[in-house]
Amino acid sequence: MTDANFPEIRQRGTLARLAQRKLALLGLFLIVLTVGGAILAPYLTKYGPEEQLFDGLTIEGAPLPPGGEFLLGTDLLGRDLLSRILHGARTSLIIGVVANGLALIIGTVVGVTAGYFRGWIGSVLMRFTDLMMAFPALLLAICLAAIFQPSLWIVAMVIAIVNWVQTARVLYTETTSLAEREFIAAERALGAGHMRILFLHILPHLVPTIIVWGTLGISTTVLLEATLSYLGIGVQPPTPSWGNIIFENQTYFQAAPWLVFFPGVAILVLALSFNLVGDALRDVLDPTQRGRD
Amino acid sequence: MTAYLIRRLVQAVLILLGVSLITFFLLYALPADPVRQIAGRSATAETVENIRRQLGLDQPFVVQYWRYLTGLVQGDLGRSYLQKTDVSTLIAARLPATLLLMAGAIFCELMLGLTMGIIAALRRGTTTDNALMITSFIGVSAPQFVVGLLLLYVFAVKLGWFPIGGYGTFAHMVLPSITLGILGSGWYSRMMRSSMIDVLRQDYIRTARAKGLSRRRILLRHALPNAILPIVAMIGIDIGIFMGGIVVVESVFGWPGIGQLAWQAIQRVDIPIIMGVTLVSACAIVLGNLLADVVTPFIDPRIRVR
Repeated sequence: MTDANFPEIRQRGTLARLAQRKLALLGLFLIVLTVGGAILAPYLTKYGPEEQLFDGLTIEGAPLPPGGEFLLGTDLLGRDLLSRILHGARTSLIIGVVANGLALIIGTVVGVTAGYFRGWIGSVLMRFTDLMMAFPALLLAICLAAIFQPSLWIVAMVIAIVNWVQTARVLYTETTSLAEREFIAAERALGAGHMRILFLHILPHLVPTIIVWGTLGISTTVLLEATLSYLGIGVQPPTPSWGNIIFENQTYFQAAPWLVFFPGVAILVLALSFNLVGDALRDVLDPTQRGRD
Repeated sequence: MTAYLIRRLVQAVLILLGVSLITFFLLYALPADPVRQIAGRSATAETVENIRRQLGLDQPFVVQYWRYLTGLVQGDLGRSYLQKTDVSTLIAARLPATLLLMAGAIFCELMLGLTMGIIAALRRGTTTDNALMITSFIGVSAPQFVVGLLLLYVFAVKLGWFPIGGYGTFAHMVLPSITLGILGSGWYSRMMRSSMIDVLRQDYIRTARAKGLSRRRILLRHALPNAILPIVAMIGIDIGIFMGGIVVVESVFGWPGIGQLAWQAIQRVDIPIIMGVTLVSACAIVLGNLLADVVTPFIDPRIRVR
């Protein structure tokens, strides 16, 4: 009975402690807001994201400033900026979840395999990880994005290829120390196979770390996607993404700064929210951090 | 210590070899054909074939890579397809601008980050502390191109304090350095804060206080040097973060460094330049990490025992 109750108590404790942190709650609130905006995008705006509106430009053909009919103004092609930003949230979130999920899977497989089996498999995997660390992430992503024809899924894949390294390193260290613990040796003595030990005894202990790095990783992913799209090699227009909205309009940004400001703030807020939540999770889930401020 | 150094050096060389192989492989796999770009649209099939043979692009992968590697050992990074110049010359010409920008960025991130961290540690638990830590989070969450464009808009376009972009005077340096430095200042302020808090907890600080030393003297002479040193050793690792950032920051500000060079090369599929810049960046990262590992034991003798 006590055994069955233990995880429940622990989980309630985690959530309760998370709820005490105002910054984490703020982050959570902003994430929910963004997800809500992305899902309800078609109902929240009057215009489609790719709709070039007749009255979306001034007579001289300049974009309209925020206010009035178009809450956040219009872009160079006379499209409603609010609608593009709300639909762009979908792009950011899809890439954030997919790319980061892939990176997390690669990182976990590499880190845990290397840390558990050690030997030559471990050496090869970790030397390869070291190798990946030597690449400037953005430059590598740029090379990769230039090779493939960029699309939403390719961008997600490129980001995953670049971003798994940190997770692999952290999980490797944790797995090596876990694998040497006595309960693992006992399990092995009882005749448990590698798969049983890995899935029943190693992975569950790594879950807190995976959650923390998964949350922080979304922030990195969102920033990387925005940067690639800003450079024109990420998500391709007309599909709106916060990065490519700025890419498309930057030649005009001195006269129409809102075209940089609003999508820029959107990127910042989303990345910030995941950082806040991730940081709080690290404090709450990591027992060595407990009792500190 | 010598054995450790040698092992680290061998490791570094192996990693760079791996980097060259991967970059070469990636760009070999590049579907965009550079020969078409050089020859132009109206070129006949024969001209295209000639150019391909001249550049050695008709050879198999291994042969091309071997040729590249033997050149590399002699400091030859190949020739740019389009600019008809040696890549090493192009990079050497632009490296000073990039190094200058990095120096500016390191100055900015240390000034901003360390100051914020120290104040936060001293005012721990107060509103000031919280505000500074939120600021540091914003620093690490802000996309560099947005920071750059907004700084340009406010301080160059609206206020006219700085030029809108370009290179040459001190005024040109300010905005790009801040843009590149903001990200790092976020990390540094958090590290500085926890390092300072750790140091302030130490017994020798309590002893100093018990001796009746002034708060000012305790902070400046006893706490700060010990708190700052481990953090300064991290500058080596920063170089890697900068290497990605320069592509963005240099293209926003029209700064003529290797980031801009790489960016222009990517748009024109000028493979030797892209490979050159990637290799130079990887060298910088590996060297930076090596430096951090080698410098730390000198700064903190406790680590030397291993």
